[in-house]
Amino acid sequence: MKEQQYNSLKDQITPKTPLAINCLKAFAVGGLICCVGQAISFFYMMFFDFTEKTVGNPTVATMVFLAMLLTGFGQYRKLGQFAGAGSAVPVTGFGNAVVSAAIEGKTEGLVLGVGSNMFKLAGSVILFGVVSAFFVTLIKLILVSVGVAAW
Amino acid sequence: MVIVFQSKPSILSSGVVVGPLEKRSVFQTYFDKISADERFQKVSNEKGNAMLISEACQTILKKSNLNNLDIDYLLGGDLVNQMTPTNFAARELAVSFIGLFSACATSVSSIVIASLLTELGASNYSIAGASSQHNSVERQFRYPVDYGGQKPATAQWTVTAAGFVLVGKHQPKLPYVEAATIGKVIDYGATDPFHMGGAMAPAAFDTIQAHLKKRSQTVKDYDVIMTGDLGKIGLKILIAMFAQSGVKKEDLSRFRDAGAEFYGEDTAFLAGASGAGCSAAVYSGYMMEQFKSGRYKRVLLVATGALLSPLSFQQGETIPCTAHAIEIGMG
Repeated sequence: MKEQQYNSLKDQITPKTPLAINCLKAFAVGGLICCVGQAISFFYMMFFDFTEKTVGNPTVATMVFLAMLLTGFGQYRKLGQFAGAGSAVPVTGFGNAVVSAAIEGKTEGLVLGVGSNMFKLAGSVILFGVVSAFFVTLIKLILVSVGVAAW
Repeated sequence: MVIVFQSKPSILSSGVVVGPLEKRSVFQTYFDKISADERFQKVSNEKGNAMLISEACQTILKKSNLNNLDIDYLLGGDLVNQMTPTNFAARELAVSFIGLFSACATSVSSIVIASLLTELGASNYSIAGASSQHNSVERQFRYPVDYGGQKPATAQWTVTAAGFVLVGKHQPKLPYVEAATIGKVIDYGATDPFHMGGAMAPAAFDTIQAHLKKRSQTVKDYDVIMTGDLGKIGLKILIAMFAQSGVKKEDLSRFRDAGAEFYGEDTAFLAGASGAGCSAAVYSGYMMEQFKSGRYKRVLLVATGALLSPLSFQQGETIPCTAHAIEIGMG
């Protein structure tokens, strides 16, 4: 059997990714995670001295902490299999990527294991996040300087 | 090239040790030991993998009333970098040792070498087999175990298992190795590491075809032709290939796959089981029992292996695959 012939046979038998259902699941779970985040924001604003502008940091920290717990107890991976992008895109997915890599490195010690492996998956998120933030800010700065936009 | 063993080396005994999750396998009654802890109370997963191998070898020694000084060779491999679990287990067993890497096809390539050594008269007793430990393999080839990525329906679950057999001179009323085919490395350009069955099926097809042709046999000459870890989808593809090549519909049921059957219909494992320990455990546990109970007289065991590394995958290389076959007879 020729390679091309084989690949068309393979594609015929391989089940297609259920895109519509996956999108719905991702939407539901991702939305739910964001609702939890919103509730935490309201909680901090109501009971502590936070405003809508400053509440972001403690909310993200709390969400990452929750993701860390779920990862440690082996539940986040099950959620990820169900929700796909729904649990990968929110900040909890970032937390999961960091913590799962850190757990894995434990057997090689704190420095060579946990320390150097922790950002194995999340490292590129940080790098490209910082780089794109720089360029977005640069564009905004130019727009403000020429008087098209305001800060 | 087909190797025909004139002396018909026998498979004298076997040892299969698995992890806690493998209790859910449909083959669990054929496993000698199911550990409650995949690390065997050791500090790392890699040490757990080494323990799987040690315990499987000890099981063989115990079953056949031998001690390590009676063993001439240990042949085997696993999927961790440089095969340290097997190397370390060999240190414990303290016998002449050759580490073998054919990825998940090591379960058969090791038996082929053991049979050759026996045929040559260089070995009275050789232990041959392979192992894999889920956590240590996942971190090596894919993502951290607790990472929440979504796997497609074609993904397979690396088993925690070690399966080893004792190969020795021919003895009556035991299954024996009659012939073997060492597979070529076949690459049909697959790049998806979550669809190993699709990558490996052409290699299995090629090896089975070659073996049948050189031995002047047909699919009908075998009770079962069992591949290693093509998984549910890979097995379907293999069967479709044989259907297209002219094998009759009623004979297609002779094709089975250890990985596709390992966890039954449990959907948590997606397309089924994989890993060097998968075929090793099913061949040395379940298959040998089927011979002893008289259910099967002739079987072709075709272990499949994907010869990739995370590095080769990241560098954009395709996935070369291989399959090695042994023909086991009885009587």
